Amino acid sequence: MISIQNLSKDFTNGKEILTAVDNISLNVNKGEIFGIIGLSGAGKSTLIRCINRLEEPTSGKIFIDNVDLTSLDKESLRLMRKEIGMIFQHFNLLSQKTVYDNIAFPLELNGENKDQIDKRVNLLLEYVELTDKKYSYPSQLSGGQKQRVAIARAIANNPKILLSDEGTSALDPRTTKSILSLLNRIRREFGITIVMITHQMEVVKDICDRVAIMEDGKIVETNTVESIFREPKTKTASTFISSMSNTIEDEVINPKDFNGILIRLSYLGNDANQPIVSKAIKQFDINVNILSGNINKLQETNVGHLILELTGDDDQISKAISHLRNEDVHVEVLQ
Amino acid sequence: MIDLVLPSVLETLYMVFFSTAFSLLLGFPLGILLVITEKGSIWEKPMLNKVLNTIINLLRSFPFIILMILLFPLSKLLIGKTIGTKATIVPLSIAAAPFVARVMESSLKEVDKGVIEFSLSMGATVPQIITKVLFSEALPSIILGVTLTIINLIGYSAMAGSIGGGGLGDLAIRYGLYRYQTDVMIVSVIVIIILVQSIQFIGNTLAAKINKK
Repeated sequence: MISIQNLSKDFTNGKEILTAVDNISLNVNKGEIFGIIGLSGAGKSTLIRCINRLEEPTSGKIFIDNVDLTSLDKESLRLMRKEIGMIFQHFNLLSQKTVYDNIAFPLELNGENKDQIDKRVNLLLEYVELTDKKYSYPSQLSGGQKQRVAIARAIANNPKILLSDEGTSALDPRTTKSILSLLNRIRREFGITIVMITHQMEVVKDICDRVAIMEDGKIVETNTVESIFREPKTKTASTFISSMSNTIEDEVINPKDFNGILIRLSYLGNDANQPIVSKAIKQFDINVNILSGNINKLQETNVGHLILELTGDDDQISKAISHLRNEDVHVEVLQ
Repeated sequence: MIDLVLPSVLETLYMVFFSTAFSLLLGFPLGILLVITEKGSIWEKPMLNKVLNTIINLLRSFPFIILMILLFPLSKLLIGKTIGTKATIVPLSIAAAPFVARVMESSLKEVDKGVIEFSLSMGATVPQIITKVLFSEALPSIILGVTLTIINLIGYSAMAGSIGGGGLGDLAIRYGLYRYQTDVMIVSVIVIIILVQSIQFIGNTLAAKINKK
C-alpha cells in the first residue's frame, strides 16, 4: 500500500545540515494500522509529513498503490492528497466554522453540491457521535470531541490512507482510548490504512498491528507489536516498553540485591494456559521466587512478563532455563 | 453652527467612506500577496515578496501631507482638479493602501499555520485557501484592521483639509484658526472625537460578535 524507499530529509540552517529522516525504507500493508514510535526529535513527524509531501523529501521515493508520489507534479499531488486524510496533535480545526462546516470543508473543496454535502456530513456526524454538536464551534468542544471532528473531516473524502501526527498526544488517557477505538473502527469498517506516529507505547499497544521504532532519523526496529513486546531487540524498544506505567521498571529490581539468577519470562496470552513455572519447579531441583509480574493487553492477545529469582544448583538452573526456552517462552537472563 | 458643521461632517464621511473603500481595494490584495508569497508560505515567491515589501515601506515613509502634494497630478488626471473633497479621495486612498496592506498582512499572519497545513493536506488550491481559510479565519481581526484604517483616514482627511480638502479639518482650520472662532474649532474636534469613538465601538462589537474562537 505504502512503500517508502531510501527516504531522507535534510534541513539546512545556514551551514548546518540536520538530517531529520535518514535513509528510511519501510512498507505498510493495506488495511494495517502501522505505528511509528520515537522520542521527540527522532524525526517521526518529518517522516509522516513526507508521506503526503507536506514536507518535501530530500531524496528517496514514496509509492502509494504503486504511484510514485515523489514524481508527481503539484496538481497531481493535490488530487492525490484527497486520498490521504490527516489528523494532527492540535486538531487544526477551522475556529470560525461550526462542526458541520468543518466536516463539510473538504467536500466543498471538491465542489460537491449542497445536498450531497449535507447527506455525507450528517452521516459522518452520526458516525463520530457528534450529531448534537452540529452547530457548535470548536472552542465549545472538549479535546476528544475536537479530534473526532478532525477524524470525520479527514475521512470525508473516503481516503485510502489516514495519517495521524501525534493524534492522541494532547488527550487524556481515557479520551485517548476512545479516539483509538474510533480509529480502529474506521480501519475495520472502511479498510482505511492508518499510519500513526506517537511517543506513547500505550497507543501502539492498544491499536497497532506493526510498529517501527525510530531513533535519530533512522528506523532501528520494525516488527509486529506482539514480537516487540515479547522480544524487543533494541534498547530503545525495551525502554519504550518499560516506560509504560504498568510495566516493571528494570531499575526497580536491581539484580545486585539478589543472590540467585534473575530471569524475565515473556509469553503470549495463549501460552499462559500451561503451568510452565510450576512444571519447571517439579522437574528440576530449584526454588523460584516471583519478584514481579504483569500482563499487557495488546490488540489481539496479551503479553505477560514475569521476573523470577532462581536459586539452587547451577546445573539444575541452567537445565530449567533451557527447559523453559523449549516451552515457547522467551527467557531473558538478567543476571 | 449646525449649518456650518453639518456639511463638513458629511464631507468628512464622504471622503472617509470612499477612501476606505478604495484603500481596501488596493491594500487588501497587497496584504494577501505579502502573506502568501513569503518564504514557506503557500505561494512562495521571494523576489515578488521583496519588491512588494520595498514598495510598501517606501510609500509608508512619506509624511501624508507631502504624499498628497506629490499626488496632485494624479488627482488632476483622475478627477480633473486637485482640491475639494472628491480630489482628496485619490491621495487618501493611495496613502492608506500600504497601511491597509500591513494591517491585513498582520491579520492574516495570525491564522494558525496548522489550519493552513491541514487545508493543504486536504488538497485545497491556493485560491481556496485564501477565500475559505485565510479570509474566514482572520475575519474578526480583519474587521478590527478596517476599523483602524477608517480611524486613520479620519485623521488623514482632517489633515487634507488644510490644503483644501474640505471636511471637518478644513472647517476647524478656516474658522477656528484663521478666524479665531474657538467654538467652531471645539465643535469640530468634538464631532471628530464622537466619530472615532463610535467607529471603534462598532468595530470592536462587530469583531467580538463574529469571533467564535
